[in-house]
Amino acid sequence: MPKKSKISLKLLLPFLVIALLFAVSVLSPLLPIYDPNKIDLDSIKRPPGMDHPFGTDSKGRDIFARVVYGGKVSIGVALVAAFVSAFIGFGIGIASGYFGGRLDTVLMSVVDFVLSFPSLLLAIAISVILPPGIYTVMIAISAVGWTSFARLIRGHVLTIKDMPFVDAARAIGCSNLRILVLHIAPLCLPLSLVMMGIKLGGFILTEATLSFLGLGAQPPTPTWGSMISANRAYILTAPWMVLFPGLAISITAFCFNMLGESLKERYEFKDN
Amino acid sequence: MTAYVLKRLLLLIPLLFGITLLAFFLLKALPGDPVLSLVGERADPEVIENIRKEIGVDKGFIGQYIGYLKLLSHGDFGRSYYTNRDVLKDIVMKFPNTMRLAFAAMLIAVPLGIVAGFISAYKRDRFIDRLINVVSITGLSIPIFWSAIIIMLFFSLKLKLFPPSGTGDIRFLALPAFVLSIPAMATLSRVTRTTILDILKMPYINTARAKGLPSIKISIVHVLKNAIIPIVTIIGLDFGSYLNGAVVTETIFGWDGIGRFTMEGIIKRDYPVIMGCIIFGTAVFVFVNLITDILYHYLDPRIRLHAKEK
Repeated sequence: MPKKSKISLKLLLPFLVIALLFAVSVLSPLLPIYDPNKIDLDSIKRPPGMDHPFGTDSKGRDIFARVVYGGKVSIGVALVAAFVSAFIGFGIGIASGYFGGRLDTVLMSVVDFVLSFPSLLLAIAISVILPPGIYTVMIAISAVGWTSFARLIRGHVLTIKDMPFVDAARAIGCSNLRILVLHIAPLCLPLSLVMMGIKLGGFILTEATLSFLGLGAQPPTPTWGSMISANRAYILTAPWMVLFPGLAISITAFCFNMLGESLKERYEFKDN
Repeated sequence: MTAYVLKRLLLLIPLLFGITLLAFFLLKALPGDPVLSLVGERADPEVIENIRKEIGVDKGFIGQYIGYLKLLSHGDFGRSYYTNRDVLKDIVMKFPNTMRLAFAAMLIAVPLGIVAGFISAYKRDRFIDRLINVVSITGLSIPIFWSAIIIMLFFSLKLKLFPPSGTGDIRFLALPAFVLSIPAMATLSRVTRTTILDILKMPYINTARAKGLPSIKISIVHVLKNAIIPIVTIIGLDFGSYLNGAVVTETIFGWDGIGRFTMEGIIKRDYPVIMGCIIFGTAVFVFVNLITDILYHYLDPRIRLHAKEK
């Protein structure tokens, strides 16, 4: 991975927006906003205004508060799924690349196997088998997501495992485990982080889609996807109920995708 | 060539085992009698008896799985809990609709995506390239279920140009096809752009230019021909996943295809329908990928040679 010191605005800007969104979501209990689940039948279907900046839904709940709380779930699920995918893919990629041979053949066949399923359908299948909830969504996304990490890390290990420092380590009697953990893994770590940045945009959308299909976090927990599916019927009379959660998803995914795009350019990743 | 196709077909076997095993786990995970889980309580006693013969509890796990495979191989995917109709029959009936929608979406996405990618690559780093870049990233960031609702609100409910939902002629087809084409268009334009930029760096492009060939001829004969493989890959992948039902788009626009069928299954927890759609969808996806791979052989002689060396 080439080292570059200058951080471009294109990289920094989406990162800052995401950090801001995430900070607001995490700090939401401390912010002076409505309780996202408080039903207020005196103010149902209020259009956006001074009291409720994003309006209220059919049960009088404040949409702004629900979008903020929903962000915590959506971004959180995507982040956890990215970490889990990276973790699994990292382990499998390193083992596959370093040991090679039959282990490599088997592990890479597993990768090909997973990739030959249509990914959304596989995620749906997993979400239907397991009880619905945020953990199921994390599992469903990771079950598909780890493959790209495994391929990437494997490729990288292949290029570094024959370098002199690895030979040197082996010559002074380091065990395989020691070489893997202390010499090879640290060199692959930044690559996984970059891949996480590239993948997160897609993960956000998958989470949103599964929630929209009712397979994600269950009510009353707000998520962006479930808010849209629940309020779809009011699209003509109260479009703001659908507009704002959708904007939240789009903006978040856009920032993550921009971040991924800049990372790809910076580290010269190829689309494949 | 035949050997290659045969080899690829052999590779399908573990895949089909995998997906049927997944479906079988789902069947076993459901509470209660797996026989009733497969055909519902409304099925005729005769049907239930037949199924019980294959996957009865007395047969043990492996016996049940083998019995389940037998049922599948007879085309017995189970019956819907609600309509008591044969799941496979319904899928086969709805598949042409899904196919029409997928074709229509690709008809929009392929030419526009490729042209956008071309322009982007040839005008690299100019304003139009940046614009196409931002537009395509936006296209990849907007969830389909949301763009579908917003587009329907605008074009059907406000402007009343198109019917909001239903299955039928081109007026019904236009909006869902457009919505569905957005992500494919975005991916295509991006892949086309990177591929072409790579090709433009190649020495044979310099040669062609040095020979004094007109640039339009270079673009078509030298560039497009070499860019075709990555483009075909993306088209194949997208088309394959559209064919197993654009779950969200079909649902929102009330398009009577496999995607909506899947969604109805999920909402009503109609497990035979869900399992049937997943098995069928995976089979179709894998099949389309196989066709794409075989197409490579025809499109790119380098791959043919490579395979021969092996």
